Amino acid sequence: MSPLLAAGAFTRPILRWFWLTPLILVIALIAGTAIGETSIPIDIILKVLANKLWDAGYAVDPIDSGIVWSYRLSRAIVAASCGTGLALAGVVLQALLRNPLADPFLMGISAGASTGAVSVTVAGLGAGAITLSAGAFAGACLAFGLVVVLARAAGSGTGGGGRGIQTAGAIILAGIAGSQLFNALTAFIITKSANAEEARGIMFWLLGSLSGVRWEDVMLAVPAAVGGLLVCLWHMRALDAFTFGVDSASSMGVAVRPVRGILIGVMALVTAVMVSMVGAIGFVGLVIPHAMRFIVGSQHARLIPASALAGAVFLIGSDVLSRVLVPGQVLPIGVITSLIGAPAFALILIRGTGAR
Amino acid sequence: MRLTAEHLDWTVQSKKLLDNVSLTVEPGQNYGLVGPNGSGKTTLLKLLAGLRKPRTGQVLLDGQPISRMRQRDIAQTLALVEQQAETTDRLNVRQAVGLGRTPFLSPLRPWSEQDDIIVARALNDVDMAHMADRLWHTLSGGERQRVHIARALAQQPNILLLDEPTNHLDIHHQLSILQLVRQLPVTVVIALHDLNQAMACDRIGVMDHGHLVADGPPAEVLTTERLQTTFGVQADLIEDPLDGSHIMRFRNAI
Ligand SMILES: Nc1ncnc2c1ncn2[C@@H]1O[C@H](COP(=O)(O)OP(=O)(O)O)[C@@H](O)[C@H]1O
Ligand SMILES: [Mg+2]
Repeated sequence: MSPLLAAGAFTRPILRWFWLTPLILVIALIAGTAIGETSIPIDIILKVLANKLWDAGYAVDPIDSGIVWSYRLSRAIVAASCGTGLALAGVVLQALLRNPLADPFLMGISAGASTGAVSVTVAGLGAGAITLSAGAFAGACLAFGLVVVLARAAGSGTGGGGRGIQTAGAIILAGIAGSQLFNALTAFIITKSANAEEARGIMFWLLGSLSGVRWEDVMLAVPAAVGGLLVCLWHMRALDAFTFGVDSASSMGVAVRPVRGILIGVMALVTAVMVSMVGAIGFVGLVIPHAMRFIVGSQHARLIPASALAGAVFLIGSDVLSRVLVPGQVLPIGVITSLIGAPAFALILIRGTGAR
Repeated sequence: MRLTAEHLDWTVQSKKLLDNVSLTVEPGQNYGLVGPNGSGKTTLLKLLAGLRKPRTGQVLLDGQPISRMRQRDIAQTLALVEQQAETTDRLNVRQAVGLGRTPFLSPLRPWSEQDDIIVARALNDVDMAHMADRLWHTLSGGERQRVHIARALAQQPNILLLDEPTNHLDIHHQLSILQLVRQLPVTVVIALHDLNQAMACDRIGVMDHGHLVADGPPAEVLTTERLQTTFGVQADLIEDPLDGSHIMRFRNAI
């Protein structure tokens, strides 16, 4: 075998590192559970887990047990799921739209999902997690459609490679327009239909907040994140094929329309599910894929698992920060991600499309 | 494999870019497509590749309408080298060429050693094996073009469509790419800018304002009158003393 071949098989190198993924995730979840205003030793966390999962019967302070099981762990798991889902949405949108700035938050998809979720809440259509998600999904699809149509009209379409920052700019401008519109709609609906206390709660949630997350949310967030991950992995070669644009993907056998429809639909659904639980958490879908491209390259066989993991760890970390940064106060997690994400966004803008 | 186009029409915003174009490329033939800028060569190649659906007419692969084939099946027999295909992704040459294996791969049929071998051979064919680990954005225009050709070769196509593949190439690599294309045991449609290079094709089609205005053996098609009417140049055909073939000597634009 020539040295040429030995140097670079396609998928084998990732297998070597793959076992690290669940390990890092578990460590991050335990750290997210341990750290807080009162830190909880790891042996207590493990005992609580053993008690809950296998009825192990260790003697643990019921307050510690409550904090670990009912409060922090479910929170950390939902944070991880949201991080994974939003990061993957960023990966998919950036690949399909050939646009380094594509992101569910910047493109107004999260804003549309918020409007949908708020409409469902206020209309009193039952505030179950599923109905909320369905409303958010409808809003997300509406927003995405609007933004893409606007961007097409403003730029010269989203197809083709190499048009670079010009199209990138059109998407962002359209995203701003879309976000403003949907945020205004949300504010309108809240002002018109909610009382002051409801309104305050909704506004806090809109900024992106994990307060009030419960185990029922875990049951929705985890399947959404895992499902999104599987759909992405299934289509990883198709995503690679878009490297040189839509025509190139098509000439390499990708059925562009169905593949784009499935991937964007699934990612809008994942975003909607996350937003309906924790509000519009910004910049995860932008920052994480870019950072991961620097580390693992732009091949989706590596980029997808890496972004899924990094997104999860990033949001667990942001959640911890949001709980400890201001003593006695919990910041909305969206504030933390935006504080980190906005400068990163500026950096990507300055470096131009070359940052991909 | 035989490639046939029947009465292709293609319109964008009420502008007719292709008008009743019909042609047949026999198995193994080298078909040269020439014509001034904007005459519709790229558009025609995209229709032949099944990337655009003609408004009327159809494209046939061995008699089978391409519109009824799955994109994946088309890509397993037909490859296209686009005129301009760029990316800002960070990927290296080997990965770019590996994309050509896409139509043969699936979640159930992952990358194999066989694919490594095909990619290595394609890189060798275009003289890029020594740059296999270079990142895309560090390549020159000519090197990128050769990578695109290697990517198409990695598809192991029966029909190869090339859109001005010798653009950006130095003369050595122009000739070696043309030689390579001629040696391949596949049907080739190649849009060319250099009319003297087109003379070496088995057959030539001349595009002009969306019409296929001439179609036949090079010597019959590229006449001094044709060069005047379609290309707007005055030229003389002179004989190569070595092998008696004809060379165009361009005098001036008219
Ligand atoms: N999508 C499009 N919209 C409008 N005009 C187009 C489009 N694509 C190509 N054209 C026009 O069609 C004509 C033929 O283009 P093309 O096929 O690229 O020519 P060639 O490859 O022979 O230079 C040109 O005048 C070009 O401007
Ligand atoms: Mg052209």
